[in-house]
Amino acid sequence: MSEFEPTIVAFFCNWCTYTAADLAGTSRLSYPPNIKIIRVMCSGMIDPKYVIKALLEGADGVLVSGCNPGDCHYINGNYKARRRIKLLKEILPQFGFEPERLRLTWIAASDGLLFAEVMRDMTEQLKPLGPSEAKLKMVI
Amino acid sequence: MAKTASIEVKNQDLIGALRDFFKTVLAQDEISAIQVPWRLPMKNMVMPTLITDPERLNGADPLSPVFPINSAKIVSRLTRKESGGKVAAVMRSCEIRAFIELVKLKQGQTENLVIIGIDCLGAFRNRDYFSWVGEDIEESTKKYAADVLGGKSAAADGSISLSTACQACESPIPVGADITIGLYGIDTDHKVLIQSETVKGENLMARLQLTDEEEPPSRKKAIDKLVEERTAVRDNMFTETHAATDSLEKLTIYLANCVNCYNCRVACPVCYCRECVFVTDVFDHDPSQYLRWADRKGALKMPTDTIFYHITRLAHMSTACVGCGQCSNACPNDIPVMELFRSVSQNTQAAFDYTPGQSIEEKPPMSVFKEEEFEEVVGID
Repeated sequence: MSEFEPTIVAFFCNWCTYTAADLAGTSRLSYPPNIKIIRVMCSGMIDPKYVIKALLEGADGVLVSGCNPGDCHYINGNYKARRRIKLLKEILPQFGFEPERLRLTWIAASDGLLFAEVMRDMTEQLKPLGPSEAKLKMVI
Repeated sequence: MAKTASIEVKNQDLIGALRDFFKTVLAQDEISAIQVPWRLPMKNMVMPTLITDPERLNGADPLSPVFPINSAKIVSRLTRKESGGKVAAVMRSCEIRAFIELVKLKQGQTENLVIIGIDCLGAFRNRDYFSWVGEDIEESTKKYAADVLGGKSAAADGSISLSTACQACESPIPVGADITIGLYGIDTDHKVLIQSETVKGENLMARLQLTDEEEPPSRKKAIDKLVEERTAVRDNMFTETHAATDSLEKLTIYLANCVNCYNCRVACPVCYCRECVFVTDVFDHDPSQYLRWADRKGALKMPTDTIFYHITRLAHMSTACVGCGQCSNACPNDIPVMELFRSVSQNTQAAFDYTPGQSIEEKPPMSVFKEEEFEEVVGID
């Protein structure tokens, strides 16, 4: 049997993490194809709904990534994102979602190396958990 | 600042004394109207009612064990703009707390409002109330109030119990009112305690020329006992609800009766969106979309997005949940939604160290941030 390959829905801010993904690509750094990237203008525009929907539709993990504190292109969007992720991390584990399935990171535009490393780490951490319950079971 | 006074209860007529008190409030020049729980003339039902005619206050019934609507939403409507007058509103503890949450969201104002909080004697579920009340509502209310204040269980014959929300309510005493009416631990056959909690309340009390009074030690004792009992019920409820919903499969079983009527959010006083996203075009999916979804697992429960709705609602309102239980009251299919929402709220409120309705100055958690906080949610170590 082949190894479980998690599907990770990733919301990256245009200015830092998405640019870091670009840099990783142009630098020919490889990272797992499990990451499905959705580019947003700011981590602060990621509505908790997006995360909840992705997980309920069967994503094995959701990664939200933005600029480092103090570097937000819109001054403070990443601080707001952090509060929302904190909120979701209080709600979702009560319904059995393992904490590893929702992650928040800061990756600067110049950090192509860090980007590739974070993508590898998140993928490796999700493999032992197996497919999410939402993928296997009927969700009403 | 708090001033304590009392009003006399004549002939052991507690409800009559409260009506007279409301009349003296309405008689003040500055008060244009008073909102009270009021018996509808056409049916044995008690509804929040805005009253300007003092005679009409003879139908006021703030002690009846019925709670058809959380009046925070009504008071929000009355105060969202200048009304040209000042309104006094008689409210339960959970109504006041919900209203304070709405004020923080700019959906109500306190400037032209006097909040009169009253010790809450709890309420039955709507449908239980209808079967309980009988023909003589005055007698029913009197007996109920006497039983509860006398330390007996809600319906002394044991046939009906308080709604689960009220059984688990650890805040039956109003906080944040301008004036509170104290009943617990007071000899309500002879008097009722009136306390001012704000300058506004104190000024009004001064004009009412009440007899000064000391709060008897029996009051704190009675409240402590009640809160202790309720807290135990609440904590037990949290444990049971967590166990019943600790996986997605269990949550799905828990909510399986849900028909997406969204009554719980209509009834919720702190579900603050003027238009809920779940009734907008966002959820007018293309018919072909349903077929694709159905094809994925071979079956698609319709209407869709039930779990999505409930978890999203929790993300919106759980930090503001005051535990009034109107969600469960409104559920047509008897899903214990209050238990679920409160159990989650307990954790989200603790995470942000936030107590909804406690203070107008305390900002809702999702409206503020600090540069250095919650570092533990960042990273993938």
